[in-house]
Amino acid sequence: MPSLSYLKAINRALGDEMERDRTVFVLGEDVREGLTNATVGLLVRFGPERVLEAPISEQGFTDFATGAALGGRRPVVEYQVPFLLLLVLEQIANQANKISLMSGGQAGVPVTYLLTPAGRRAGWGAQHADQPYSVFGHLGVKTVLPATPADAYGLLISAIRDDDPVVVFAPIEAHGVRESIAPADLVPVPLGVGRVHRAGADVTVLAIGHLVHDALAVADELDGEISVEVFDPRTLYPFDWNGLAESLDKTGRLVVFDDSNKFCGLAAEVLATSIEQMRLVAPPARVTRPDSAIIGISAAADRALLPSREQLAAAIRRTYKNGR
Amino acid sequence: MVADHAGSSAEDLYRTVRLIRRFEERAIELVRAGNVASGIHPCIGQEAVAAGIGAVLRHDDVMMTSHRGHGHNLAKGSDPARLLAEILGRTTGVARGRGGSFHPLDFTAGIYGATGTLGHGGPMAAGVAWALAQDGTDRVAMCVFGDGAVNQGALLEGLNLAALWQVPAIFVCENNHYATTVPVQVVVAGSIIGRAAAFGIPASSHDGMDPNVVLAATEQAVARARSGGGPSFLEFSTYRYEGHHTFELSAGLRYRGDDEVAAWRARDPVELQGRRVRVQRRQEIDAEVDAVIDAATKFALDSPEIEFDEGLDYLYATKMRLRPGADNA
Repeated sequence: MPSLSYLKAINRALGDEMERDRTVFVLGEDVREGLTNATVGLLVRFGPERVLEAPISEQGFTDFATGAALGGRRPVVEYQVPFLLLLVLEQIANQANKISLMSGGQAGVPVTYLLTPAGRRAGWGAQHADQPYSVFGHLGVKTVLPATPADAYGLLISAIRDDDPVVVFAPIEAHGVRESIAPADLVPVPLGVGRVHRAGADVTVLAIGHLVHDALAVADELDGEISVEVFDPRTLYPFDWNGLAESLDKTGRLVVFDDSNKFCGLAAEVLATSIEQMRLVAPPARVTRPDSAIIGISAAADRALLPSREQLAAAIRRTYKNGR
Repeated sequence: MVADHAGSSAEDLYRTVRLIRRFEERAIELVRAGNVASGIHPCIGQEAVAAGIGAVLRHDDVMMTSHRGHGHNLAKGSDPARLLAEILGRTTGVARGRGGSFHPLDFTAGIYGATGTLGHGGPMAAGVAWALAQDGTDRVAMCVFGDGAVNQGALLEGLNLAALWQVPAIFVCENNHYATTVPVQVVVAGSIIGRAAAFGIPASSHDGMDPNVVLAATEQAVARARSGGGPSFLEFSTYRYEGHHTFELSAGLRYRGDDEVAAWRARDPVELQGRRVRVQRRQEIDAEVDAVIDAATKFALDSPEIEFDEGLDYLYATKMRLRPGADNA
């Protein structure tokens, strides 16, 4: 069975969807060259009108995509640096995401915002390693974080076909993940539906993005000691609350493993909702970046700040013992 | 009142400026009466620009407007009754009451946008225009904005994109000389048209108080766009007689003098255009317009308001629902 890399899955999703639907085009910086690998080969297949090379004008070309969407297109806009998504927060959250409402349902804005290199880059300094996905959930913009090549393919396809704006975070630390999968098994993955990567009975670890793989490794390490279920919501917003509730009905114990900053991050929301509405037999825990962490200064500094397998294992053990 | 477009005869132009004037006067009355929660940004004084551009654009052309956009909607073909209902937040409004006075999006009239944060319609219009050209049509997209938007980065980025890709877009600056309370010379370095010229976009300044002048300049720019000649930039010098927003009715601001307002009123576009129409015909048009405004008012006031739990019905095109803020179960 062929082995598919994470970035190749993104590249294939773009190519397949551009082939299937002539209204789909990509827009961004260095997309002709395919600097991030997401758009490699698309220029030759589809030409410069559908692989639109943009100047370094993120605000302008993000609004441009909104206009193109109103003109009947399904743009995929690529960004190369995480914080650029906050530079265009106005364009995504205040313009594109409000047009359906402000028009009373006359129009949707089917734009996909693809952050191919999401998250940490060791040593790249303070401005290239942010992970601002929680911000988009907070503002009600549909947001996905695929962990695996098949999910990257399937969620990107669904994002492009969705009639609302969708932000796709493709974590850098998942780029190296490969998966053996037949091309026929690459299918759309619906937004808002999570996935149990590993069934368990004692503690639910909710992990998202690249941290799913770390969570699975920790679950394996603890095998025989604690039975860990790894639940990946895959979509941050809309969140699969039913999927989480089902898992907690079994385990009653929750640890959230999240690459957001702690304050008002995804984990905070998941903890709050689980406490309000779900079956818990012990206080839930979270492992995140610290409040307002700045990552990327040095590899050593990052190790002290990023959510780690050691922290996760400790949190699982603590949660497991709690209330017994 | 929904026509293919507003027409460009002297009578057509007069009807449009008169309609906008009376519509805005009625809207202000409704604000005073407490029927418009938001208040409005009146365009009284600026009618010539809307009438001129509206007479040139076709019904299937696209316009992105601003917070001061009622006149643009009317000139582009929005039904006055449904536009007034929109301003009053009624479900019969052009955007089912969800856009309000500030964002009365009306796709039936080609009004694809009305942005509250300024300048964003520029790059959006470039995007629409690009898509229209890709479709092989001769439709064009126009963005109308005020002098307050010309220092916004996104607008300038949009000019660059429009010029790079030679899209059929027309950028129209209604220079009414004030960004809220701030005179244009306090915040605009260089010139407004110089910004467009820097990107190689044909740009020119015109009198914005005379519908004929606006019409002629717009015809040239739209013809250029339709024939594949790329974007244009038009600056029209105009003036709003009223405040930035109806909150000024009670705010007592003093950023401009009465003499200045009087000088601009002396060049009133409704009077100017009215003199180009035979007296009897003018009276007939005035009566027609008043009847339209009265009918619109009745329609709007009789229309249902948005129900308590329906405000976000259209938040997502996919009809996704939100979790409530409080769990009352």
